[in-house]
Amino acid sequence: MIETFLNPEIIAAIWPIVLAGLWNTVLLSLIVVPLGLMGGLMLALLATIHHPLVRWPLMAWVDFFRAFPPLVLLVLLFAGLPFAGLELGGFACVAIAFFLNTGAYYGEILRAGIESVPTGQVEAGRSTGLSRLQAMTHIVLPQAVRNVLPDLLSNTLEVVKLTSLGSVVAVPELLFQARQAQSVTYSPTPIVLAAIVYFLLLWPLVRLLSRLENRALAGRR
Amino acid sequence: MSTWDRFVETFFNAKVMLKYYPDILSGMVVTIELAVLIVVSGLLAGLALALLRALAIRPLNWLIIFVVDLFRSLPPLVIIVLIYFGLPAAGLSPSGFVSTWLSLAFVLMAFSEEIFWAGITSIPRGQWEASRSTGLSFWQTLINVVLPQALRLTIPPLTNRTIAITKGTALGTVVAVTEILGQASSAMSNSYNPSPLMMGAAAYIVLFLPVVVAARWIETKFAWKR
Repeated sequence: MIETFLNPEIIAAIWPIVLAGLWNTVLLSLIVVPLGLMGGLMLALLATIHHPLVRWPLMAWVDFFRAFPPLVLLVLLFAGLPFAGLELGGFACVAIAFFLNTGAYYGEILRAGIESVPTGQVEAGRSTGLSRLQAMTHIVLPQAVRNVLPDLLSNTLEVVKLTSLGSVVAVPELLFQARQAQSVTYSPTPIVLAAIVYFLLLWPLVRLLSRLENRALAGRR
Repeated sequence: MSTWDRFVETFFNAKVMLKYYPDILSGMVVTIELAVLIVVSGLLAGLALALLRALAIRPLNWLIIFVVDLFRSLPPLVIIVLIYFGLPAAGLSPSGFVSTWLSLAFVLMAFSEEIFWAGITSIPRGQWEASRSTGLSFWQTLINVVLPQALRLTIPPLTNRTIAITKGTALGTVVAVTEILGQASSAMSNSYNPSPLMMGAAAYIVLFLPVVVAARWIETKFAWKR
């Protein structure tokens, strides 16, 4: 069993390949998480404009990307756009797809956070002479982020897991590297190793989240 | 030919679409089959684990928590690849369909167990004590008193999570499942034209947008009034 799924010789041979993949996964996450947060913040700020001409298109945008599988979006960008004469690399496609997809999710979370801050606080801030922007950045956003922190973290976990889609468009992240190693060694060991690496990387976050979520739901009673 | 005509000719080519729409339709059937299987088995398994956890048997709970944590931390695509390419080495050869189904059902099981469990623990102890003192057994209390209240709490987070995981059926294309994306991709490479991909994208919107809109409605209906 160990011989097949966690062969020590194979692990020793492919470890550098998998390690390079891990490094790229971390790097990719460090790029796409802020990108998604930025997109989400833009959407959430737009949502504070309570005009039907802003509200409805915004809702349609968010629902569209909640309904659209991220892999389909990625394939559309990677394989569809070249027909329009626009050839982006796998990495750029991942960045754009994540900006659109995870931005919609972060946007919904941040919108809920902003709505959870009572309007009286903005009014109080404005009456002391703060500008709208200052009231937003100094009063509303810090509280909004704190109120939805578990949801933000939970979505971030999903985003990091989603970087494994990069393997489909040849971005050399952890899963891609493991599959390369698998095709060379004809052994499932590299995939098992990659799974263990993902687990060790993300387990602490899962533990933290499970604590936060239990507390949040229990606290509502 | 104007740029617009060329754009339509490329991305919405009537001839190509006419030829390949039956493939996309059969892909939709596979996607729906997969989605229904995943939702039913994933949610049932998650509920079963949450109920088992209520028994408060220490070693069993540790095992449940470990399994849940495992499937929450692994990317679904990694699980699919692991089952599809890994299990044959152990003498089992699940098809791409079965691999995708099992993987996503496990992921949904893990997430829904957490949500169901949080719902169950949010019911105050006093309700357990009151029910037990009227003569209801442990299971009667759990099923008739605790669960109806707990389930109501879990509906908004559960719908969101279920949609997000069900969309993952598209991942099946990596292990040669002939669902929408798989059909669209092969039709695209056969016709050298992206129109099938556009049809596939439209098919996902047709399937999932109504669910997302319904979820929005459910969320407001079952939202916590504070």
